[in-house]
Amino acid sequence: MLFTLSDVEVSALAPDLIRNDFAVELRDVVKLYGTMAAVDHVSMSIRHNEFFSLLGPSGCGKTTCLRMIAGFERPTSGQILIDSKIMGLTPPFQRNVNTVFQSYALFPHMTVEQNVAFGLEMKGISRAEIVRRVGEALSLVRLPHLAKRYPKQMSGGQQQRVALARALVNRPKVLLLDEPLGALDLKLRKEMQIELKTLQRDVGITFIYVTHDQEEALTMSDRIAVMSHGKALQIGSPLEIYERPACKFVADFIGETNFLEGRVIAINGEFATLSVATGHTFTGRRVNGLQVGEIATLSVRPEKMQLVEHPVDGAANTYEVTVFSIAYVGSDTRVIINLGDQRLDVWEQNSTSTLNPDDYFFKPGEKAWLTFKPENALVLAQ
Amino acid sequence: MSNETSTIVVMGEREEIFPQEPAERQRVRPGRLALVTITLLTFAFLYVPIAILVVFSFNDARTGAVWQGFTLDWYARLFRNERLLDAALRSLIIATVSTAGSVVIGTMTALAMERFRFRSKTFWDGLLYMPVIVPEIVAGVSLLLFFATAGIERGFFTLVVSHIAFSMPFVYLTVRARLADFDLSIEEAAKDLGADEWVTFRRITLPLLMPGIVSGALLAFTLSVDDFIISFFVTGKGWDTLPIYIWSALKRGVTPEVNAVSAMLLLFSATLVVGSLILQRRRSY
Repeated sequence: MLFTLSDVEVSALAPDLIRNDFAVELRDVVKLYGTMAAVDHVSMSIRHNEFFSLLGPSGCGKTTCLRMIAGFERPTSGQILIDSKIMGLTPPFQRNVNTVFQSYALFPHMTVEQNVAFGLEMKGISRAEIVRRVGEALSLVRLPHLAKRYPKQMSGGQQQRVALARALVNRPKVLLLDEPLGALDLKLRKEMQIELKTLQRDVGITFIYVTHDQEEALTMSDRIAVMSHGKALQIGSPLEIYERPACKFVADFIGETNFLEGRVIAINGEFATLSVATGHTFTGRRVNGLQVGEIATLSVRPEKMQLVEHPVDGAANTYEVTVFSIAYVGSDTRVIINLGDQRLDVWEQNSTSTLNPDDYFFKPGEKAWLTFKPENALVLAQ
Repeated sequence: MSNETSTIVVMGEREEIFPQEPAERQRVRPGRLALVTITLLTFAFLYVPIAILVVFSFNDARTGAVWQGFTLDWYARLFRNERLLDAALRSLIIATVSTAGSVVIGTMTALAMERFRFRSKTFWDGLLYMPVIVPEIVAGVSLLLFFATAGIERGFFTLVVSHIAFSMPFVYLTVRARLADFDLSIEEAAKDLGADEWVTFRRITLPLLMPGIVSGALLAFTLSVDDFIISFFVTGKGWDTLPIYIWSALKRGVTPEVNAVSAMLLLFSATLVVGSLILQRRRSY
């Protein structure tokens, strides 16, 4: 005889047995501004020591989520838990989280040192301890030599690091970062991405990172929540988000993809076959339990298709196409092809080095054969 | 001929680009001459009367507009004139108290107007600007009627209240200007780092608004010390301010002593206004 107890029963019998292993939880959180839902029934669980990104276009509700976790906004309904404690109306200054603001929000009338010391002063920590920890934090972000400067005397990248030190010095449970690299130029941004990721691993603090830059999110995150119109459309690892997007929006927002709309004409296990407007049929992985007869979209990434001179007999998803244009971009060659009146992007990797342009593929106007494996394409619901 | 015209045009352009270049200034066009003349006349119109007032405060003569020689007697006499000194002291007391009131109310109003969203905000904002454009005579008469109707005895209290009423909008305006480029996330950062509302205000908001507050305070103080019309209506027995004293002294005839006290008032006001402008100009750290 086997007994199983529900979570509620276990927690009633022995509250210590259930260790809710999440740093931050959002439970069915809604935030309304007037009648507009900025955040629309979002639930997510962020693990300890995780680098978690909220990714989406501007206005998708990602910053509002972050501000609700920080305590600057109150959810209209739903719950936010930090370290398994329901936050409710707990004000920002009583939450064990710190924020790195998009504008850095450094105190302009205080030196770097005073900025970093502020949080510790608020906690009533002794002067000697403050001096020690401020020194440590500034070393961590490699700025100890600028301790006496004022924020306006520093570059954007340096200010950004001060903001980071000011938050990290408090050793928060969770660090909230609101597009912290948005104001930096591309090169500095790339450097800081690696630095931030390394820092997060070293200090072992949960990072919740808001960004609209999908490459940034893919580079740094353990997991990503893709948001649009207040909803969390998909939560998963960068790999899952890119290779198995749950819907058309995610497939479109993350990386490049080709879409072909059509009607499902056959289902075969985990594959679905689609008849598209150009008259061709394509097979790909079936997502969202599609049924025969439904309208669906085939999504296939440019690097997952190949152009060949001679087709393999009987291979699926293989059609003759016309090359429209080619562009050499170094690592690969980006080819635009016409399949009927449908235009598709195909990226061919330049895996051999040659100076002869003819070796890099077909010329515009020439015929070629397009082919890709069904497991490399997805059939998504409308 | 056409050649010459084109040269002038070219020179004109270059003058705009290099206004400091002395070689380009040698040729004076008639239009330019007129412009300079009108500008000088305008400044003369504005400042010559004031200059004459100041110059004659050093004139060694009882009356009249004829220069008799330099003296500091009139200034020395000022400091022996107890009625005048009392009036000046009263003016300073009223200015200090009313400025304190204006600063507190004006700053709080500015914060409220900047931070909160409520219905018909533009209307209330406009209402706060009104005292700046309401004719002083209208303000004076209405305040007088109000105090009379309410049965409030005129004197120190009515002067202070009236001065707060007309100087508060200036504090409101300067603080509001300061708040306009205030990054709200700075306050959020303070709260995020563990500061409650009060500590955030004291350690972050107030220091950052201080240049605006001080500049508004200097304006309010100047306006209070200089005010004649409204003070004249709302003052009571024994509470004649300095401008009221000067006015009553004038009824007995213009003496260089009046010139001297006016010159000192001018110096005092100018110092405060310049101080206020410098503070407003100063960017946030």
